[in-house]
Amino acid sequence: MSMRKPFAITLDPGSSLANKTGSWRTERPVFVHRLPPCNAQCPAGEDIQGWLFHAESGDYETAWRHLTRDNPFPAIMGRVCYHSCESACNRAQIDTSVGINSVERFLGDEALKKSWRFEIASAQSGKKVLVVGAGPSGMSAAYQLRRLGHEVTVFEAGPMVGGMMRFGIPKYRLPRNVLDAEMQRIVDMGVTLRLNTKVTDIAQTMRDGGFDAVFLAVGAHIAKRAYIPAKDSCRILDAVAVLRSMEGEERPMLGRRVVVYGGGNTAIDVARTAKRLGATEAIIVYRRTRERMPAHDLEVEEALQEGVMVKWLSTIKSADGSALTIEKMRLDEHGNPQPTGEFETLESDSLVLALGQDVDLSLLDGVPGLVMKNGVVQVDPLTMMTGHPGLFAGGDMVPAERNVTVAVGHGKKAARHIDAWLRGSHVDTAPKHESATFERINSWYYSDAPKTMRPQLDVARRTSSFDEVQGGLTQDNALFEARRCLSCGNCFECDNCYGVCPDNAVIKLGPGNGFEFNYDYCKGCGVCAAECPCGAIEMVAEEV
Amino acid sequence: MDEQSNSAPIRFYQTGTFTVGNRLLDPVHRSVQSSIERNNSLNSGHRACQGCGEALGARYAVDAAMRATDGQLIAVNATGCLEVFSTPYPETSWQLPWIHSLFGNAAAVGTGVAAALKIKARKAGLQHNDARVIAQGGDGGTTDIGFGCLSGMFERNDDVLYICYDNEAYMNTGVQRSSATPPAAHTATTMAVGEHPGAEFGQGKNLPRIAMAHEIPYVATATVADLRDLESKVHKAMNLRGARYLHILVPCPLGWGAASCDTIKIARLACESGIFPVFEALYGEVTRVTKIRRRVPVTEYLKLQKRFAHLFAGDGRPDMLAHIQAEADRNIRRYDLLAEEVTA
Repeated sequence: MSMRKPFAITLDPGSSLANKTGSWRTERPVFVHRLPPCNAQCPAGEDIQGWLFHAESGDYETAWRHLTRDNPFPAIMGRVCYHSCESACNRAQIDTSVGINSVERFLGDEALKKSWRFEIASAQSGKKVLVVGAGPSGMSAAYQLRRLGHEVTVFEAGPMVGGMMRFGIPKYRLPRNVLDAEMQRIVDMGVTLRLNTKVTDIAQTMRDGGFDAVFLAVGAHIAKRAYIPAKDSCRILDAVAVLRSMEGEERPMLGRRVVVYGGGNTAIDVARTAKRLGATEAIIVYRRTRERMPAHDLEVEEALQEGVMVKWLSTIKSADGSALTIEKMRLDEHGNPQPTGEFETLESDSLVLALGQDVDLSLLDGVPGLVMKNGVVQVDPLTMMTGHPGLFAGGDMVPAERNVTVAVGHGKKAARHIDAWLRGSHVDTAPKHESATFERINSWYYSDAPKTMRPQLDVARRTSSFDEVQGGLTQDNALFEARRCLSCGNCFECDNCYGVCPDNAVIKLGPGNGFEFNYDYCKGCGVCAAECPCGAIEMVAEEV
Repeated sequence: MDEQSNSAPIRFYQTGTFTVGNRLLDPVHRSVQSSIERNNSLNSGHRACQGCGEALGARYAVDAAMRATDGQLIAVNATGCLEVFSTPYPETSWQLPWIHSLFGNAAAVGTGVAAALKIKARKAGLQHNDARVIAQGGDGGTTDIGFGCLSGMFERNDDVLYICYDNEAYMNTGVQRSSATPPAAHTATTMAVGEHPGAEFGQGKNLPRIAMAHEIPYVATATVADLRDLESKVHKAMNLRGARYLHILVPCPLGWGAASCDTIKIARLACESGIFPVFEALYGEVTRVTKIRRRVPVTEYLKLQKRFAHLFAGDGRPDMLAHIQAEADRNIRRYDLLAEEVTA
C-alpha cells in the first residue's frame, strides 16, 4: 500500500471485470439454427436460405455452388419448379414472399453465361453404378454419384437426354438450349451416356455391365386411356404423344378446334401448345371445378390469359366425327363428380386425352423382391431402395407427387444411399432442426419491400410463338430480391445481439464467424434473444 | 460516419435498415456499436440490473462520443444508478476519464472541467482543447436535484454535452417519483391507491422543451430502441460547441415492472405510440423528427409494465387511459410524428 494515495483511499483502482456478473444468470442465451420453412418445404432438399445468404452479397458463384450441392439444375428449376417454398415463406406474413424461384433462375442463367463447371470428385471409388433413364431424377442421381467418385453410366431409351423435361414440358416454359446446357454439364463430369438404349431386362443388363448398383428412373410415359365410344372418323390423340412430337421435325396436326380431356398440368400444356400451333379454340374438358383441378394454379391462370377455354364439370361420353357428346356433372358432398344426365354437343377437329400416365415396368419382370402397387415400384422412403438389394428407384415410377423437383430430390437421396450401400455404411442423417416459425421472427427489423415481378411477354406475343413466357431478373433486381430473405432461424450477422447487450457479453468473431456469448458477464436478461431479427438465439434455463 | 447515412437509412430490406450492423454495408457507414473496435466505455462487470436500459444507453452514447472525439473525452457523472452500479469502490467500469462529485452538481462540474480545458488550451497557445466534456445523470439528478446547475450551464452556453438517461423515477433508492415520472405511474411515493392512483396528471417537467427554451445550440431526444439515430445525434452534438442537451429514454425493468428482455421493445413502443417523441432542435427550433413507422395505441406500451397495472385491473381505468392516449396524440400533432406512408 503506497503512502502517496489520497486521503482515505486504501485500495488501488480496479476494473469491474473482476466482478463476474454471469453468476446472476438463471437463463442463458444460446445460438441455434432453425429450419427455415422454404428449406423444409423444398422437395429437392435445397438449402435455400443458405444460398440466398451468398446471393445477398452479390457472390453469385458461391451461391450457385451452394445451391447445386443439392440440385444441379437451377436454370431449369427457375423455370419449371412449382416453388412451393414461396408459399411457405415467412416473408409472406410481412409483405409478400421472397421470389426464390426467380433468384434461382438468375443464378442458373448466370452459371450458363459464365460457363461455371462442377467440380469432380478427387478420389474414385472404383464402383460402377447404372442409371436407367436420363430424366431429372436419373441425371440428378448421376450428378450426385459422380461427385461421390463413382463411375456412372446412364442408359436412356430415347434419342435425347431430359426425359419428361424435354418430352413433357413445352418450349415456352423451358427453352431447349437451357435444358441441353444443364444436361451437358453433368455429362461433362465424366458420366457415360448411352442414348437409344432401352433396358428390357434389368437383371441381365446389370450382369452384362458388371454394375454394383442401379438407380431406376424410367418415368411414366404410357398415356392412360379412357373408354370413349368413338366412330372411326374421330381424331383422338394422347397428350404424351402430342408433346413428344413437338420435339421432332413434324408438328402434330391438331386442327383449328382442339379439345383436351383432363385436368392436370399436361392438359394445360397441350392446350397452350395447341394455341401456339394455330388453333383458334383450345378447350379443356374437366370433370370437376377449378378449385379441385390438379394443375398448378399459375399455369391455369396463364392458360386462361392466353385464351384457353375450360368446360368445368364435364365429361366426354362419346365421339362421332367432329361431334363430342359432353355430359354435365355435379359435385356430391364428398367433392366427387356425379353424372346429371344433361348432355350437350361440342364440335372439335381433334380430341387429345390427357388423363395421366402409367409406368412401363416390363424391365423389372422376374426381379426377385420387388413390390409393385398401383402401377409403381415400392421403395423404402428413407433410402429409395426397392425390395431388391442394390436396386434403387425414383421419379415418376415410385409412389410420390410427380414433378421435376420431386424427381431431382429422389435422385439426390438415392445417390447418397447408393453411396452408403456401396461402402457398407449408413447415411448420417442428423435430426432436423426445429422449424423457424414466423412467431420467432422479430419483424420490426425488416422494412417492407415489394416482390420484384418478373417481366412477362405480353399475351399476344406469347400465344403466337414458342418464346419463353417468363422473363428473368437482372443483376440489380436479383440482388434486391435475394436481400428480401429474412434468413429465418439462421444468423445473418446483423450485429444486433452484439449491439443490444447491456453487459458487453456478446463477442463478435468477425465476418463469417458469427458471435459467441461471454458467460462470465452475461446476466441472462434475454434482450439479445428478443431482439434477434431471425430467431437464432434461444434462452435455455441454467441448471440450478 | 457521415450525416447522410444516418438521416436517410440505407434500405436493405433484410439486414440493416434497422439492425445494429449490416455485413453488406461499407464499414465506414456502419454503426459504432457494430464495430469490434468500439470502446466499450462502460465495461462488463458493472452491477446494473438484468436488461438495464440505462447501462445500454450509456454505452451507446459514450462510445459514440468517444468515436466522435477520437477518444479525447472526459465524463462527469451525477449521483444515481449509473454512478452507483458502475463504480463500487474500488472498481470502475469506465474506460475513459470519469469524475463524480455530488447528486446535483454534474452540470456545474462539467462547466468547471470545460473551463479548465479552455485555460489549458489558451496556455498552450491553442484555440481549442481537443478534449471535450460530457456530463451525465439520471432524470432525478437532471430534472430535480441538478436542475439549477443545468439551467445555468445552458444559460452560459458552456461547452458541455449534458446527457440525461431518463428512466422516469429514482430507481437506485427504491423507485421514488421524480419530476420525469409519467402520470398514472405507480412508484413508492405515488402508490396505486385512491381516486387518482399513481403519479398525478398535470405535474412534472418536460426537460427537452425547457432546454429548448434556453435556445442552446442543440437539444435532442433519443431512445435505446433506435441506435443509429442515437449515435448520429451524439455525433452531431460533438461536432457543435456550446451547451448541448441529449435526453435518452432508458426503460428500467425493475422500476417499471417489466420483463428484462423487453427493454428495447418498450422503448420502441414508447416511440411508436407517440408517448415519447424523438426529435432534434437547433437553437430552440425543432429541425427533425423521427416518424412513427407502425403506430400503436398507448395500451400496447403500458400493458407491458406493472407500474401501470392498476389501469387494467378489474374494470380498468378507461378514463385515465384516454387521458394518456390524448397526451400521446398531442405529441403526434405537436411534432408531426406521422409519416406520409406509415408502412415505411
